[in-house]
Amino acid sequence: MSLSLDIRLKRANKVYHEGEALTGVVVIVSKEAVQHQGISLTMEGLVNLQLSSKSVGVFEAFYNSVKPIQLISSNIEVVKPGKIPGGKTEIPFEFPLHVKGNKVLYETYHGVFVNIQYTLRCDMKRSLLAKDLTKTCEFMVHCQPQNGKLQPSPVDFTITPETLQNVRERTALPKFMIRGRLDATSCIITQPLTGELTVEMSEVPIKSIELQLVRVETCGCAEGYARDATEIQNIQIAEGAVCHSLPIPIYMVFPRLFTCPTLETTNFKVEFEVNVVIVLHDDHLITENFPLKLCRV
Amino acid sequence: MDVARGHALLFVLLMVCRLSFMCLCTETLEVPSHLLRSLLCALSPRQVTDSKTRKGGRKGSTSSSSSSSSSTAADPLSSMLDGTDPLSMFAAASELGRRRREKEEEVGPDFEPWSAKRGEILGRFTTTEKLSINLFMGSDKGKASSPGSTVSEKVRNRLEELDDMEEGSQREMLNLSQQDYVNRIEELNQSLKEAWSSDQKVKALKIVIQCSKLLSDTSVIQFYPSKFVLITDILDTFGRLVYERILSMCSDASTPPDTFSPDCVNDTAKETCLNWFFKIASIRELVPRLYVEAAILNCNCFLSKSGVQETLPRLTAMIRGIGDPLVAVYARAYLCRLGTAVGIVRMALSHSALLLNSVMWAFRAEFVAARATDFIAMIKDCDEAGFPKHLLFGSLGRSLACADPPENERLSILNEAWKVITKVRSPQDYISCAEIWVEFTCRHFTKREVNTVLSDIIKHMTPDRAFEDTYPQLQSVINKILPHFHDFSVLFSMERFLPFLDMFQKDSVRVEVCRSIMEVFIKHQQEPTRDPVILNALLHVCKTMHDSVNALTLDDEKRSISQLINGFIRMVSFGRDFEQQLSFCVEARATFCNLEPVLIQLVHACAAYSFITIPSLTSIFSRLNLYLLSGQVALANQCLSQADAFFKAAVSLLPEVPRVIGVEGKLRSSEPFLLDFINNFLSTLLVVPDHPEQAVLYLVRGLLNMVQDYTWEEGSDAKVRVYISALPLLAAMSQETYLYSIPKVDSNETLYGSDPKFVAEINKLCETLIGQVLDHLKSLGREEAAGVRKQSSLAFSLFGCLLAHGNLQNNKLNQLAINLWNLSHKHGYCETRTSVRTLEHIKQLGQQPGMAHISDMALRLSLQSRA
Repeated sequence: MSLSLDIRLKRANKVYHEGEALTGVVVIVSKEAVQHQGISLTMEGLVNLQLSSKSVGVFEAFYNSVKPIQLISSNIEVVKPGKIPGGKTEIPFEFPLHVKGNKVLYETYHGVFVNIQYTLRCDMKRSLLAKDLTKTCEFMVHCQPQNGKLQPSPVDFTITPETLQNVRERTALPKFMIRGRLDATSCIITQPLTGELTVEMSEVPIKSIELQLVRVETCGCAEGYARDATEIQNIQIAEGAVCHSLPIPIYMVFPRLFTCPTLETTNFKVEFEVNVVIVLHDDHLITENFPLKLCRV
Repeated sequence: MDVARGHALLFVLLMVCRLSFMCLCTETLEVPSHLLRSLLCALSPRQVTDSKTRKGGRKGSTSSSSSSSSSTAADPLSSMLDGTDPLSMFAAASELGRRRREKEEEVGPDFEPWSAKRGEILGRFTTTEKLSINLFMGSDKGKASSPGSTVSEKVRNRLEELDDMEEGSQREMLNLSQQDYVNRIEELNQSLKEAWSSDQKVKALKIVIQCSKLLSDTSVIQFYPSKFVLITDILDTFGRLVYERILSMCSDASTPPDTFSPDCVNDTAKETCLNWFFKIASIRELVPRLYVEAAILNCNCFLSKSGVQETLPRLTAMIRGIGDPLVAVYARAYLCRLGTAVGIVRMALSHSALLLNSVMWAFRAEFVAARATDFIAMIKDCDEAGFPKHLLFGSLGRSLACADPPENERLSILNEAWKVITKVRSPQDYISCAEIWVEFTCRHFTKREVNTVLSDIIKHMTPDRAFEDTYPQLQSVINKILPHFHDFSVLFSMERFLPFLDMFQKDSVRVEVCRSIMEVFIKHQQEPTRDPVILNALLHVCKTMHDSVNALTLDDEKRSISQLINGFIRMVSFGRDFEQQLSFCVEARATFCNLEPVLIQLVHACAAYSFITIPSLTSIFSRLNLYLLSGQVALANQCLSQADAFFKAAVSLLPEVPRVIGVEGKLRSSEPFLLDFINNFLSTLLVVPDHPEQAVLYLVRGLLNMVQDYTWEEGSDAKVRVYISALPLLAAMSQETYLYSIPKVDSNETLYGSDPKFVAEINKLCETLIGQVLDHLKSLGREEAAGVRKQSSLAFSLFGCLLAHGNLQNNKLNQLAINLWNLSHKHGYCETRTSVRTLEHIKQLGQQPGMAHISDMALRLSLQSRA
């Protein structure tokens, strides 16, 4: 007997804001009529924190010692116990996205040590003899636009051997001079990171220039907190010996799900940084770091 | 190496010239112009050193010399080219010149479609070097994720796959021949389509990314253009697949794409589209990201109206990040091609003359033409330093020559342009620009304007005999004018046209020009003309050509000039005014005495004249004789068809000959005259070749038929006499070599070469004739004394004929001859003296070696008894 259960949200991008209602249909496809004990929908929002093995002991990390933080959990009944006729049945639903108390709905975010995820689960309870059916689908939550005007504040930078820190042998360093500008370090998450970069001079030809987007996740817990920076993506903006004195555009789209507005709570923090990485032909690696503040307007 | 560099970059230069400037906003234009300049330098070995020093200067102290160290933009290329083998260098060298020429031609007609260019590139850029493909394809993880997984899982899977193929299983194929390489790419193209149709979108994307990655490898530079074509094909396929898929998701997919607005795209389609863009935005490497995003450029229209316009400049700017100039330029070319395909054509507003020039060269002529007035304004504003305006007007004119500007602007365009052109001082510069604008003028204006232009050119070119250095341009002016003036009376009524021709003072050029004029005349003149203006002018033109013929002229040259002049003569007709026609022919005869084909043509004309004139005569014998004479003249001048016509006319005139004619006021029988004429005619017919479409001996038969049907005088045996006199003709015709012939005319001897069939045909005819004569003799025998006398004389003349022309070795003929002899002597009407002399002659003949049969015959011939 083939029986399938599916949730179809009305919005194609599955993005919802607090206060809005998730609308859609529960689709049941079956050859014959199905007897059931009721169909219900459950909405759940969770923050999963994982401690990295670097910061805490291996075992704690392994056991995922930090409890998930529940942001939302509610349940509605869609259909009372009864019988669903054979064929395709669509049951429309409307499920408001409301938080209880003073809890805040953080934006959906998929990271390494921090995961903020919202799911909508549909359960079809059935008699003892038959298995219950469950279908889960993820939906995205975007937080309400943050207030306050965002002033674009361009950041100019110049990279020369002299400006570098953490250099082992400064004398072995070839001469170079790279100027650049980021149009803003407070970025709107839906807009790309822009700017430009000019190789004014370089004694050794350039092999590659890359933009590395880094997430910095901090998990606080009873035992202290762990702060880890990991790469989200690395975008090459220049390849090979580029023309000198010619501005090369800096352009990077913030990937969905993997970025969210910079988030700071009592238990965890999610921040972002961008590294401008210049690789020279002799494999010298020059990195300039810029903390970013992402927000949604 | 410089040459080789030119070889590799010339194509690129073309592409850049023609494409690059089309869609870039002002801000980004400096890149291509910079590249263009360095490419231009690469073209000419003379200038390379110059460009190097310039580059060195710009680099400052970064590198001491422009060696092949890869420290500047252009240098990686040169270092790569160091390995060029001598063969390909040689090929490149020969290609260089050709390409230059092509470049000039190519821009002329129209914007070449990519499909045409594509094949050309593939054919031209080949290599024998070994190639390698470096692919990092993930394992078969690219299968669609299970339906139960959540979105995040899916995304994670996909990203993993992307990672997977970047770090994972690397497949490197080395030592591929070019064909292997092409096959491999084609396989990839196929697997892309398969992956797509089996819903493995991620795998498809992977393939596309890997393919575009190959474009950053320039290791076999000769093959790079072809590689570019192959791979952009894949990208095009991919772009189309994505576009079509998203289009199919739209609710009303039937909407034609050009009336498409993002508003009517539903959310699902938009979301899918966004997904692609996000996915592509996260491609790590620059070149693949650029190409793949460019490939789905037109999908931007699903998201926002201005999407494409905004993306294009951004992608263009992205190219600056590509260090290898070759890769960068090709990327630019690809982008531009897409830009045109998407229909984005942006005006590049710049005051740099060089740019403006390139823009005019690069854009489709229609585009430039539609905005010609704007262009003129821009050219006026232009900074003239470094790039003279007349070149700009030249480029503009080139565009206008192939596309039409709006009608109401045409005159002002011409005025504005000419205002500038006429001020150009240097005759060289002036004419090179004016030459281009002549086309535009001819296309849209009447002879008045063209005349003005011509007089302006004459004014500029005459001082210091400047025209001597600019014959090619002046010639091209003529060539441009000619196709637009098919009516030569208009052409020659242009006051300045002939003076313009007078500027061609170098003989060879002059003849060339005359020749092209005549060619156009012959091609376009439909009706014969008698316009004195045309005749005079063309006679002059033809005379120029004719006078160029000398002892050293090649036969081919002579032939073609003759053909042209003949074409002219053929087109001259004064209608019924034959006297005029004849006097024209006489004039032509005097003018073109050196060219035999022309003379023949003139004889044709005269023959035609005679043919037309003869019927107007009243005397029938004059007519007959003139026909014969004209036929003979025509034959003597190798005018076979004319001769044929004359002879036919003569034959068909025969029945009209009256039996009695008035001679010197007395009525006389026409018979002797007619016989004379026919004998004369018969002797001419020997050399007249048979008409290829008519039966054998067509004319002879025709004549004999006429003779048979003619109502001869009662009791006259003229008919039989004609038959008898036809026999020698037939005998002569059966000879291997004819008694006489006309030089350059192939008579039947050559046509048939004594073919047995031909000889048999003659024999049959002879038999018939002899039969007729014998019948007549028989009938005469029944008559009274007068009949018998006639019989005797006829029999004797037939005997004489057989003796002179027949093959008497033939027993039957021999017997016939003896019988005839006896018949003629039977009644004693034979003239004894003649008989005696004939017999003596026969005996003499018989004594010659091999004539035994004659002496035998002589014994059997008895003289008439005196009784």
